[in-house]
Amino acid sequence: MEHNPAIEMRGITKRFGQVVANDSIDLTIRRGEIMALLGENGSGKTTLMNMLSGIYQPDGGEICKDGNPIYIHSPREAFGYGIGMIHQHYKLIEVFTAAENIILGLNEEKMDLKQTASKVREICSRYGFDIDPDQKVYDMSVSQKQTVEIVKVLYRGADILILDEPTAVLTPQETQKLFRVLRNMKEDGKAIVIITHKLHEVMEVSDKVAVLRKGKYIGTVNTSETNPQALTDMMVGHAVSLNIDRPKYDAPKKKLIVENLTCVDDEGVKKLDSVSFTAYTGEILGVAGISGSGQKELLEAITGLYSVKSGSVRFIGDDGQEIELVGKTPMKIRQTGVGMAFVPEDRLGMGLVGSMGMTGNMLLRSWKAGKGALVRRKEPEALAGRILEELEVVTPGVDYPVRRLSGGNVQKVLVGREISSEPAVLMTAYAVRGLDINTSYTIYNLLTEQKMKGVAVIYVGEDLDVLLELADRIVVLCGGQVAGIADARTATKEEIGLMMTQFSAKEEE
Amino acid sequence: MMSTEARTPMVRLAKRSDMSPRMIWCIRFGSILIALLLGCIPILLTGSNPIAAYEVIVAGSLSRPIYIRQTIRIAIPLLGCALAIAPCFKMRFWNIGAEGQITMGAVFASYFALFWVNRIPHVPLLIVMGIASAIAGGIWALIPAFFKAKWNTNETLFTLMMNYIAIGIVAWLQGGPWEGRKGSQLIPMFNDAARLPEVFRVNCGWIIVLVLAVLMHIYMNKTKQGYEIAVIGDSVNTARYAGMNVGWIMMRTMFISGAISGLVGFIIVSGANYTLYKGVANGVGFTSITVAWLSQLNSFAMIAISMVLAILEKGANTLQTRMQIPASIADIITGILLFCMLSSEFFINYRLIFRRKDEKGKEADA
Repeated sequence: MEHNPAIEMRGITKRFGQVVANDSIDLTIRRGEIMALLGENGSGKTTLMNMLSGIYQPDGGEICKDGNPIYIHSPREAFGYGIGMIHQHYKLIEVFTAAENIILGLNEEKMDLKQTASKVREICSRYGFDIDPDQKVYDMSVSQKQTVEIVKVLYRGADILILDEPTAVLTPQETQKLFRVLRNMKEDGKAIVIITHKLHEVMEVSDKVAVLRKGKYIGTVNTSETNPQALTDMMVGHAVSLNIDRPKYDAPKKKLIVENLTCVDDEGVKKLDSVSFTAYTGEILGVAGISGSGQKELLEAITGLYSVKSGSVRFIGDDGQEIELVGKTPMKIRQTGVGMAFVPEDRLGMGLVGSMGMTGNMLLRSWKAGKGALVRRKEPEALAGRILEELEVVTPGVDYPVRRLSGGNVQKVLVGREISSEPAVLMTAYAVRGLDINTSYTIYNLLTEQKMKGVAVIYVGEDLDVLLELADRIVVLCGGQVAGIADARTATKEEIGLMMTQFSAKEEE
Repeated sequence: MMSTEARTPMVRLAKRSDMSPRMIWCIRFGSILIALLLGCIPILLTGSNPIAAYEVIVAGSLSRPIYIRQTIRIAIPLLGCALAIAPCFKMRFWNIGAEGQITMGAVFASYFALFWVNRIPHVPLLIVMGIASAIAGGIWALIPAFFKAKWNTNETLFTLMMNYIAIGIVAWLQGGPWEGRKGSQLIPMFNDAARLPEVFRVNCGWIIVLVLAVLMHIYMNKTKQGYEIAVIGDSVNTARYAGMNVGWIMMRTMFISGAISGLVGFIIVSGANYTLYKGVANGVGFTSITVAWLSQLNSFAMIAISMVLAILEKGANTLQTRMQIPASIADIITGILLFCMLSSEFFINYRLIFRRKDEKGKEADA
């Protein structure tokens, strides 16, 4: 039984600078169906849906609603077409009640909160939501806030609902509740899209699955006719040969031992759950996982930037002595003589000072050097010049603000500085994100060069093809836990892909 | 494909990749001219000739040595306080509590001026007053910084509220323990020994603030601490990544800032007012924010800008007596100046792209 198409997207293309986020995508969304939009991080799911909800405009292609082409310039216009999106980050005013939030931004003739509240109650009872229109948002749980967002969209008359990773913040029980509501809405003839990368949820709630991979549309299948393995294959694709050189280092030695590392964030959520692994000299240790599985916290905990609840991180010096890093500040770790370099994910927000030039950024590592109150600029300036030449950084000069450089050049400055400190451990997070092919290979080569010098390299990556060719071993994180450690020379992409989603699937059983 | 063009808005903003420093200064200078032109409007509204009014402003503030000295007297605290605020603003720590820090500095300087004047000789007394005022201002600034570092309180509100506490303390001293003649609600005038000596017939505060300007320039651009401040201002996370103790640096910087403001308080009571009253800071702590912003936190530009604002203020007083134009016209022009200078930054960073004509035609076709 085929339902009526509500939205048809044809040949939708969206570029951000050099990056093609969506490459000529065709997608049909039908009424009375729940469609799961599946794909790895960076595959373009959210971008595609943002074009439906009026946040972005496509660079090419067309969108049809009920067969007629439409142009959506703003979220308000999207509402006009009955399209509503529930974003990952809720956009609610904390000090307002649910009802106040729901009518916020609506230009109604008269603001009648009582009437709103009764209409909200009507929507709630129709689909089985559970919120009190007069409750203040700051008193609500995450799941209730999400409900307000959904009701807000329904109140505006949306019959095409897009939910961006709705279950990411929910407990299993809350997830079940949400799914019940989604099914009710489906019965009511609404078209529903959920963006997700959790396979078991796809299998449970959706009728159809559309898969995106690296900005391309792979295909749509009926959920009843597929299985997680087949979907994983579609999602990660078949291994591509990248021809990254992977020489073997002769005498690996233990360099960094992470043991039962557990970290908790401000809200008490476990970000890392007794993570253990060992990094060796002359090895690139890959870290794989869906984004938000604890990669960021792991690297920041090792460098002393994220507070550790329990566990230990020990650095093994050249003399074989173990140095405990947990409990030390970044400055203390450096002063202890632990040679650690870190290329963080947020290059300009954490690794560099955007408003300063290359010289000022080289200083970031050595600004304390020397006695006295004055900074020494000579050496950093020479270093900046060296990096500029060796890595072929394109910049008008060493004092030109790095914020204004292109992404690739920014990364060269950052990686160049970190490598120049001759570290014993080099950690990188998403080192090639947003970079073009050539710069990516420059980075791969630099990392391999470091590895052959006997550095223990930890490479957090998102592209499994690259991880499998670049790394020697791969630690797979899932929900803050180590799902497994694989030998990158023998492991397959599918094995890693399944490990990445392993725990969330287990919880359901 | 036509649809894509039709969707291009009338005017778009695009980030400018680069602009030569000369061009940037041309735009800034142009914005000052525009501000002066716009300033003609309120003058015209009062029924006067703007050119004559500007002439009176300049003549009233610079035409005679005595006017120049009076103008400089206004500029001294403005410059000193702008220098104090600069490191905080560089760090993106919005210290709008200079008013209170000046006041507390003035209180402690006054304490020694009133009660130790017979026990300490002239020069040492002035030095003690200076040190006391700096420490008092520093501690007054340290309090909000401590709370910010420890519990991430909002420094803007906190520093602002501290102003009123400081002013309240002076009001209490004025009517209570330090009151001179009973019922006068006034604190007695300082003895000569507690007054700053004059150099070229202006209190030597001008030397102090000029030296401070040079020192602040070096501090911000050449020292490790200045570097730390710049990094924190750009990104707190980068500062933490580099191993900086952000909370500690915030407190230290605020102490230095408050200390300079306190010193300005000392210069005001000991060099100009020779007494303490609750309006001692007289808005300097706020006007200096304008000075600091207009000069892009550049120490030497602050010297010029504080003079410009002093000329406006002094000249406007003359304007009032000669042309019956309210002196508050100076505040209006200062406001317009600030507005124009800040908007010029927008044009330095962005350019406007207007939709091309032919695209418009296409839209009509569609």
